[in-house]
Amino acid sequence: MNIHSEHSRTRSARLSACFRPDRSDPVMSLFLTAGFPTLEDSLDLILGFEQNGADIIELGMPFSDPLADGPTIQFASQTAIRNGVTISWILDLVREVRKHSSIPIVLMGYLNPLLRYGADRMIRDAADAGVDGFILPDLPVGEMPSIRESIREHGMDLIQLVAPNTSAERMREIDRQSSGFVYCVSVTGVTGAREGEEVSKSVDRFIDRVIENVALNPKMIGFGIKNHENAMQVSKRVDGFIVGSALVEQIRATAMADGHANHAENGQPVADSVETKSSGDWKEELFRFVRHLKFGD
Amino acid sequence: MTAVQTYNQPTANGYFGQFGGRFVPETLIPVLDELIGELERAQQDEQFLAEYHRLLTDYVGRPTKLTLAERLTEHYGRAKIYLKREDLCHTGAHKINNAVGQILLARRMGKTRIIAETGAGQHGVATATVCARFGMECVIYMGEEDMERQRLNVDRMRLLGAEVRGVSSGSKTLKDATNEAIRDWVTNVENTFYIIGSVVGPHPYPMMTRFFHRVIGDETKRQILEREGRLPDVLLACVGGGSNAIGLFYPFLDDPVRIIGVEAAGFGVDSGKTAATMTKGSPGVLHGSLSYLLQDDGGQVELAHSISAGLDYPGVGPEHSYLHDSGRVEYRAVTDDEAMTAVSLVSSMEGIIPAIETAHAFAFLETLMPQTDPDELVVINCSGRGDKDMQTISEYFRDRVDAVAPPAQTTNKA
Ligand SMILES: Cc1ncc(COP(=O)(O)O)c(C=O)c1O
Repeated sequence: MNIHSEHSRTRSARLSACFRPDRSDPVMSLFLTAGFPTLEDSLDLILGFEQNGADIIELGMPFSDPLADGPTIQFASQTAIRNGVTISWILDLVREVRKHSSIPIVLMGYLNPLLRYGADRMIRDAADAGVDGFILPDLPVGEMPSIRESIREHGMDLIQLVAPNTSAERMREIDRQSSGFVYCVSVTGVTGAREGEEVSKSVDRFIDRVIENVALNPKMIGFGIKNHENAMQVSKRVDGFIVGSALVEQIRATAMADGHANHAENGQPVADSVETKSSGDWKEELFRFVRHLKFGD
Repeated sequence: MTAVQTYNQPTANGYFGQFGGRFVPETLIPVLDELIGELERAQQDEQFLAEYHRLLTDYVGRPTKLTLAERLTEHYGRAKIYLKREDLCHTGAHKINNAVGQILLARRMGKTRIIAETGAGQHGVATATVCARFGMECVIYMGEEDMERQRLNVDRMRLLGAEVRGVSSGSKTLKDATNEAIRDWVTNVENTFYIIGSVVGPHPYPMMTRFFHRVIGDETKRQILEREGRLPDVLLACVGGGSNAIGLFYPFLDDPVRIIGVEAAGFGVDSGKTAATMTKGSPGVLHGSLSYLLQDDGGQVELAHSISAGLDYPGVGPEHSYLHDSGRVEYRAVTDDEAMTAVSLVSSMEGIIPAIETAHAFAFLETLMPQTDPDELVVINCSGRGDKDMQTISEYFRDRVDAVAPPAQTTNKA
């Protein structure tokens, strides 16, 4: 566990509190696609995740062409878009969450819907709704620097990513440009759970390089983490871990088994949505999964 | 020496005015940085350039001819119409100019595996061809709808030794094939080179693809000066992503020449089923660059429609967006029906069956020619031949007995 004196660069007080120096357990950040499996579920899921151990919520803003995502998140995004998710709806959801919770919320999504909404307007409205930061995977350091400045001016953080093939020099630059935390993508590739010994070996080498070069921000590791053991192993030497696809897959699987979501083939939603009645038990099962991710019991 | 160049795009960061850039996951940044460096060195490496030009000559069959379209000229009774015969390139379209160039770069960079996306299949065939020629592993992503309407090209790619992976997400066309190719690239950056088929994608792809296609315009300039002793008055090309158009236009951007790019209107620019990106779109980010884009109010990318698989794309190269906004190039759109009428007209009048993509440029002659004078010169980029489209062409005319000049029937009823 890394000890940070103080992350003065972090603008969001909620994010900053999350990485307080005296903390000993790894920070758990959970990704879910807003409006998946249905619009009605998102508030419950976010609050339930918090109650069951989530420290940060990464709220996915769906895009029609998620080119850094594997089949699981592609499917969730398509479903959410068909459910009618828009940026305005997502900001309303955040306002709703804020009535009950002060968990840090980071909006994660591709640039285009944000540009279409209007970057300045988006940043202003997000700050107003209670958003803490942004992760924009297709906005690497160097492009549209005004977006980062505006996010910071509004008291939020733009979390930048480093990848296994990022050079030491660029890692340091990304560290300087990032705030809130640095998102360490542990493998090259799209989002999705991964298998194997080889992965963890190369992850170790990657973490060595991250520790050497990322000094100004907390470090969160993600991509391919699918259970508690994975999470503990990869987050030992950093501040915490991020679970995305494995959780979204769990959401899909539990909701579906409960008759709450549509069947899917090859990550493709079936044409029309068939609403079947659901017992609601799937959420309990899902929250057990979340608890296990964090606490392992 | 040539005249002083004033056109100087893109910037070092890959921006054509406000358009372009590198909107990609961090994993691709080191690869793009490496590619920028390698491209710059290759452009100054005489050996590299000599090999590229030797392949263009001996393998692609360049220079391609500049053909006077005599009967078309007579038909319209106005300006002289010349065709830049990219349809005569090996594999049947301009796409191979770029595939040859990029695979030479891939080899320089020590990559062993090539991937590409394809719509009409022409870029896929060109890529599979150069992979066969250089003995490299080749994976082509193609939308399932396009695999259906360009079946012949799927068979060609497979015969050439490529693996064709059908893409069933989204529109099942070029946009989704490109998403899937980028996902493969992000995953296999170590050994894989992505040969993008048009002047789209993150910097330096638009600039690099332009470099490998500018031979079209360079040759045209030389040929028209030899033939006519002067520059043409109008240049015309179809625009999907915009590679054949940029190839022809680029060497003329500083000359007093009217330049027109023709997009696919599909059922009509206001029909909701169109691929006229510049006419109906607005700036947005797709596939790594900022450019005009067909999108809804929420910023979700809309499905394009064109009868032509090679133009059925909701985006366009960033340089075209710049040339559009700066007013240097005019962009117009023609419908599926207008393009198909042109397929028929050009085939029966010139003995050249154009690709349906290419036919979009020809279709615009209906509007353009009445505005021209007999002493003027028009050059059309005849970007590809229509053999690959025979299935679509036959079906189209079979369904429409009222269509203009149906192609000659060759059915042999027993
Ligand atoms: C013959 C031909 N012309 C034009 C195009 C459109 O591409 P671009 O606009 O990049 O030239 C294609 C694409 O497949 C093609 O096959």
